[in-house]
Amino acid sequence: MQLSFKRPSILPGFWPAFSYSVLYLSLIVLVPLSAVFLKAASSSWAHLWKTITSPNVVASYRLSFGASLVAGLISVAFGFLVAWVLVRYQFPGRTAVDALVDLPFALPTAVAGIALTSLYTENGWLGHYLTPLGIKVAFTPLGVVVALTFIGLPFVVRSVQPVLADADQELEEAAVSLGANRWQVFSRVIFPLVRPALLTGFALAFARALGEYGSVIFIAGNMPMRTEIAPLLIVTKLEQYDYAGATAIAAVMLITSFLLLLGINALQRRTRSFMDVS
Amino acid sequence: MKRTFAIAIFCAIATASQVKILNVSYDPTRELYQQVNAAFAKQWKAKTGNDVEIAQSHGGSGKQARSVIEGLQADVVTLGLAYDIDVIAEKAKLLPENWQSRLPNNSAPYTSTIVFLVRKGNPKHIKDWDDLVKPGVAVITPNPKSSGGARWSYLAAWGYALKHANNDDNKARDFVTRLYKNVPVLDSGARGSTTTFAQRGIGDVLLSWENEAYLALNELGKDKVEVVTPSVSILAEPPVSVVDKVAAKRGTTEVAKAYLQFLYSEEGQEIAAQNYYRPRLQKVAAKYAGRFPKLELFTIDQLFGGWQKTQKRHFDDGGVFDKIYTPGS
Repeated sequence: MQLSFKRPSILPGFWPAFSYSVLYLSLIVLVPLSAVFLKAASSSWAHLWKTITSPNVVASYRLSFGASLVAGLISVAFGFLVAWVLVRYQFPGRTAVDALVDLPFALPTAVAGIALTSLYTENGWLGHYLTPLGIKVAFTPLGVVVALTFIGLPFVVRSVQPVLADADQELEEAAVSLGANRWQVFSRVIFPLVRPALLTGFALAFARALGEYGSVIFIAGNMPMRTEIAPLLIVTKLEQYDYAGATAIAAVMLITSFLLLLGINALQRRTRSFMDVS
Repeated sequence: MKRTFAIAIFCAIATASQVKILNVSYDPTRELYQQVNAAFAKQWKAKTGNDVEIAQSHGGSGKQARSVIEGLQADVVTLGLAYDIDVIAEKAKLLPENWQSRLPNNSAPYTSTIVFLVRKGNPKHIKDWDDLVKPGVAVITPNPKSSGGARWSYLAAWGYALKHANNDDNKARDFVTRLYKNVPVLDSGARGSTTTFAQRGIGDVLLSWENEAYLALNELGKDKVEVVTPSVSILAEPPVSVVDKVAAKRGTTEVAKAYLQFLYSEEGQEIAAQNYYRPRLQKVAAKYAGRFPKLELFTIDQLFGGWQKTQKRHFDDGGVFDKIYTPGS
C-alpha cells in the first residue's frame, strides 16, 4: 500500500528525498499561497464576489490573460527563430548575441518599463514614426503586449536552445534523402522534436507575464477599464486598505494560472508520449 | 522595500545610546524634514542637554499608513491627508480617533494647495480649471484611489466646478468627468506623475502639490516649466500626529510631542515656508507672502463634509471616480 504510487527505482533514498521535496515545496510555495486564501476568506463571500466581478476587475483579468497569451505566442515564434539562429549558424558576435538574450532576465523590470515607454511615446524614438501610421503603443493594450514580450523572450530561447543543439542533424539528412522537401523536414522532423520545449517556454513566458508588474505599469498608462492589469488592481486595493479584496483578485489569478499551467503540462505529456510511441 | 529600509535604518539607530524617533511621512516632504530634523535636534539639545536623532521614512501616504498599521514603529506620522491617519486609528488603534483635535489647526502645522505645472511659455494657455477640460489638453495626475495628492486635485476641481455652477452637484460631476477624459496616463503616485510630465515629456499640464511644483520648477529650470496658480483651489492640510502606543512603548512620548510642537514654532514655520509649504503663523506668512500667490481656498470640511464621507462617496470601490470609467454602472 505504502509504495503503491511509486515505481521501483534502482537508487535508494526515495522517502527522504520525497519528504524533503514536500517539505521544501510546502515552505516555499504552499504556505505563502495558502496565506493568500486564508486572508481572502477573512471577508464575506458577498464582498469577495462583488470585488472579483466588478467591471474594472473583470476588464483587468481580460487584459492580463489576453496580453500574456499574445505575448507568449509572439515569444514562441521569435524565440524559436532566435534559438535556431544561435544553434545552427556560426557568425561573428554570436556569443554576444547569446548573452544579450538573457538581459531581460537580469534587468530590473522598472528599467525596462521606463526604457520601453520613452521609446514608444508619441515623441519617442520609435513612437514618432509609428504615430503618423496610426499605431499607438505606449498607454494602450499594445504597449502591455510589447513589455510582456520583452520579458518573455529568454524563457523560450533558453528552453528550445538545448533541445535544438541536441537534435541530430542526421535526422534531417535522412529525411531529405528519403525525398522530403524543406517544409516537410521542418514540420515532420524538427518541429515535433522541439514541440515539448516550445510548450515549456510558452508556459514559462506566459506565467511570468501574468505576474509582471514593474515594467508594465510604466507603459500601460493604467487607465481603468482599458489598460489596468490585474496585479496593479491588487496594489490599488492594498492602497485602499482592502486586504481581502486584494487577495481575492490574487486568488482568482492563482487558480486560473494553476489550471492553465496544469493544462499546458498535460498537453506536453501527451506530445511526449506521442513521440515515445512513434 | 522602503519599509524594510526604514526598519533597517531604525534598527541601526536603535543600538546607539541617545534617543531616536522615527517620523513616517509621505513622498514630497523629504527635503522639508531633513531641515526640520537638524533644527529640532539642535533646539532639543540646547533645551534638555539630550541628543535626539530623527529617522525619516517616505513613500506614498496610503502606503506609509499601511506600513504603520502592519507594525512599522513610527513615533510620529506626518502624512498627506487626515484619512490615512484615521485609518491607523481605526484599524490598528495605535492612537485615539479624536487625534486631529489634539493639535491646533486640525493638526496641520503647514498647508499646501493644488496648482498647475505647465510647459515653458504655457503654449496651451492654461490659466484656470476650466482650461483643463478643453479638447486637446492632456492633463497629468495620478490615480486618486492610490494617491493622496491626487485626491486633493480631484476635490479641488470638483470644488471649482461647484462654485461656478451654483453648487449644482451634477454639473460638478460632469466637469470632473470631462477633466479625467483628458488624462492619458494614471500613475499610482505623485512622484510617478511628476516623472511622466517632466522626464518623459507627456501631457500639457501636471496637477501638483504647490510645494512639489516649486521643487520641480527649481530642479528642471525656469526655461522648461512654469507654475500656474488657478483662481480657486483646495486648502490641503497634511496632518501630523504622535502615534501614542508606539511612543509610549518606546518611551519617546515627550520628545515626539516636542518635535511636533516645533513644527508650529516660528523656526519650524520658517523652514516650512522655505520649502514652499504655506505657514500657519501670521508673522511668518507675512514674511514669505511673495512666495505664495493669493487665491481663493476652500477646505474639505466646507464643501465635502470631511474625509470619511468624501472617501466613501468618491474614492471607494463603485464610487464616483470609478463611475467616470464605467458609465451606466
